[in-house]
Amino acid sequence: MGTRGFGFGMADANITVDGKKITAPAGSLLIDACKNAGIEIPSFCYYPNLSLQGACRMCVVRVDAPKMPKLQTACTTTISDGMVVTTDSEEVKQSRKAVVEILLGNHPLDCPVCDAGGQCELQDMTFTYGASESRYVEPKNHKQEQQWSPVVFFDSPRCILCYRCVRVCNEAMDVAALGVENRGVSSLIVPNGGDHLDCEECGMCIDICPVGALTSGSYRYKTRPWEMNHVSTICTHCGDGCKTTLGVRSSEAGMEILRGDNRDKSGINDDFLCIKGRYAFDFANREDRLRQPLVRKNGVLTAVTWEEAVTAVGDKFAEVKQSGGVFGVIGSPRSTNEEAYLLQKFARSTLGTNNIDHQRTADFPAFVSALAGKPEMAGSMRDAYMVPAILLLGGDATDEHPLLAYQVRNNVRLHSAKLYVVNSQEIKLKRQAAEFAQIPAGTESGVAAFLAGDDSAVAAIATAITSADAWRALRETLRSAQNLLIAFSSDLQGDGIANIAKFAGSVSGAKVICLADYANSRGVADMGLYPDLLPGYASAAKAGLDLAGMSAAAQQGKLGALLVVGANPVYDLGFAADSLNNTFVVVQDMFLTETAAIADVVLPSASAYETSGTFTNTSGDLQLVKKAGDLHGTKPDFEIIVRIASAMGVDVSTLVPLGAGTTADMGQSRGAQSGEADRSAVYLQKQGLEARVSPFDAAALFDEIQRLVPGYDVSRMNLMAGNDVRTTTAGKAAALPASRGESLRPAHDTLFSSGSLGRYSRVLNSVAENRDSKLVEVAAD
Amino acid sequence: MRFSDAFEARFTEMLTHYPTKRSVLVPTLLFAQDEVGYVSEDVIAELATRLELTTLDVRNVMSYYSMLVTKPRGKYNVQVCTNIACTLKGGDELLSHCAKRLGIGHKGTTADGQFSLEEVECIGACSWAPAIQVNYDFHENLDVPKMDAVLDGYAKK
Repeated sequence: MGTRGFGFGMADANITVDGKKITAPAGSLLIDACKNAGIEIPSFCYYPNLSLQGACRMCVVRVDAPKMPKLQTACTTTISDGMVVTTDSEEVKQSRKAVVEILLGNHPLDCPVCDAGGQCELQDMTFTYGASESRYVEPKNHKQEQQWSPVVFFDSPRCILCYRCVRVCNEAMDVAALGVENRGVSSLIVPNGGDHLDCEECGMCIDICPVGALTSGSYRYKTRPWEMNHVSTICTHCGDGCKTTLGVRSSEAGMEILRGDNRDKSGINDDFLCIKGRYAFDFANREDRLRQPLVRKNGVLTAVTWEEAVTAVGDKFAEVKQSGGVFGVIGSPRSTNEEAYLLQKFARSTLGTNNIDHQRTADFPAFVSALAGKPEMAGSMRDAYMVPAILLLGGDATDEHPLLAYQVRNNVRLHSAKLYVVNSQEIKLKRQAAEFAQIPAGTESGVAAFLAGDDSAVAAIATAITSADAWRALRETLRSAQNLLIAFSSDLQGDGIANIAKFAGSVSGAKVICLADYANSRGVADMGLYPDLLPGYASAAKAGLDLAGMSAAAQQGKLGALLVVGANPVYDLGFAADSLNNTFVVVQDMFLTETAAIADVVLPSASAYETSGTFTNTSGDLQLVKKAGDLHGTKPDFEIIVRIASAMGVDVSTLVPLGAGTTADMGQSRGAQSGEADRSAVYLQKQGLEARVSPFDAAALFDEIQRLVPGYDVSRMNLMAGNDVRTTTAGKAAALPASRGESLRPAHDTLFSSGSLGRYSRVLNSVAENRDSKLVEVAAD
Repeated sequence: MRFSDAFEARFTEMLTHYPTKRSVLVPTLLFAQDEVGYVSEDVIAELATRLELTTLDVRNVMSYYSMLVTKPRGKYNVQVCTNIACTLKGGDELLSHCAKRLGIGHKGTTADGQFSLEEVECIGACSWAPAIQVNYDFHENLDVPKMDAVLDGYAKK
């Protein structure tokens, strides 16, 4: 519902529709007012929050008072007090039937092979209004289908010219890659490149197409909608946390994901999904996925059973622990919260080490510390669509945070929000900006200092485009903004974040978002995948080794064992391959990565799409990750960790709270873990939750996360219903050492790569190659 | 690309007539076509830049109007009306005569680039049917001999 639906400050109007009294804000669209009252008016071209088209004539109704001479389109008629409307008379039905008959005039009626068959709005309307006989006897005008990009195909005879694709591309995406050429019956949807698309390949045009005219290169002609299971889960790529609906079918390997789309629309992303959420699920289907555990025997990785592999790891880990060896543990920002929490708990309590880290892409400890005691200052992804003013500092959100960019863009378009962009580059969102301030590259922290009141910082950030005076004026403008939302990139850390939080504290109702790269970067930080921080950013008694420390220990031959879960330290975290020669390396991964190739044991893990759990997006919105299916031979990281602990001879109920308090010690024992199972049982009883019975049930650890991690005390009911719920920054981080120092490794991915998984997506690679080859062509001219 | 001073003066003045820049597009396309002879790729790119539109936007608008063309046509564009009034008075004969004499069909151009032929809808000269329009000039109450005289006149120019 956009501005039109809100009816700010508008008086209510009372209207009568089909004899039913309806009240809605005067000036709202008749089609919206009816929809909100449960009266459906069919339409093709009308789409909420896009400009009005009035092209399809499907939504016609009779307006009797005031008496209007002919049928009116409900999508363009605004309501006024006393209006009397009829939506279901014989006259209206006849008119709609005629519209369907005309639309079907040149329609190929190839429903049995069409991708849209079974979920087609034209099909539905034809069944409802029944134009089963056509008076059109001339030959149909056929055109060959066209491929516009690696992922978008166009079949013009199926097109009903509703212009939805054109409007979503122009208005919602601000890409303007689609248009309409010619006129009348010759009208055609055309791409901007003549015979191809030069665009962001988001695929929004495909989702929004009411028929099968625009189809997806990765899905077309593969299956029918009713042959798939549809699972709405959270995208595993960037840090924004879009909900993607996976179409899954069983296959010889267990399951195959055939489609990702956003027909669900219940997510934090509303209508939006980018190329990664829509097409880049294909890494999960690759034939080179690991599906058998591997153990190095006589120097060669050899396929073995899970039993043998897990026993080998358990024995060796027990041995290293026994002999006082050094452990290293590396987690992944694409693990679920439950997996990350379990991994650090396993490292700290079972292996007895704080040597645990992950690829950090934002300074969340500093962020949480800066917002200590002010959790209301943490912004959510939904805020980006609702607040009246936004400051984007650094980064290129269009590429790195497509959902944030979409929400900001449409907030400006639909709610007239004011956008202020501060960047060293002229990023695409400049087009929506009320003001664009250009800074020299790398001076983002200077901006934060200047905003926080350090006038001397202005010299370093002034440029020919934005003078020192302009900066002072901009600071005044921002200070007086209401409910300003500030989103900053990983260019800001430590003091920079403290400064921006200080500035935000001086602006009425201001909120802040700290942008990180991966699906659960925020979550794994909250779960304490740090050598010096426990879950909830509580300081560890004694800091362990970080990535650099572990790498150095390995170089010196002092690292006894390294457990790598979903990371690739040899490839991108600065570990020299030969430095690990004297280390027992265990890798849990989907693929035989550079690190797995030199490991002693490789355990094939499930992807996020084959796992249940939760993700926390970069702005702290917690969402449910739903398992779409099983790939034979793999196991979720959660289960693998529990199995390793079990093989080490550990009672797994110390890791995963099980049962209903049968191990009550009535508080006699002492120490950090005393009575843990009991407290869990008491908590579960209080929450009305059942005791967990499986050590592989990730939800058991979510119970513990809710109970113990500050900020995660969210509504379970809301979460389970599939909604996004807010975690807060209420943590113990207030006491962080001031000069903690973060070594960040931001991915700076473009839209067509995605850090750790984009390499394995054929679609992302083909789109990127398609682009590169075009650049070469242009250069050759 | 460069247009004439007259074009520039008219373009600058027209911008003041509308609340948004893009509104200037339709008349400007016509003026540019009159000057260049057709709407070339250069014209499309130039107008898109000037009016802050994409070239796709310009093409979308342009392709709606049949009087705007993307390929060069003859020096004299002979537009024969075959709408109801002209057809009743012999418009079809005029069209087929022109086609025969010029050796080209609808939307065709002679090899020497002198003439183009076009069958058009009503040109608003029904009272003097059958009528044709050559570029912006009307010729009315025609029959085949008069038509020949008109064409001869242009051929001699």
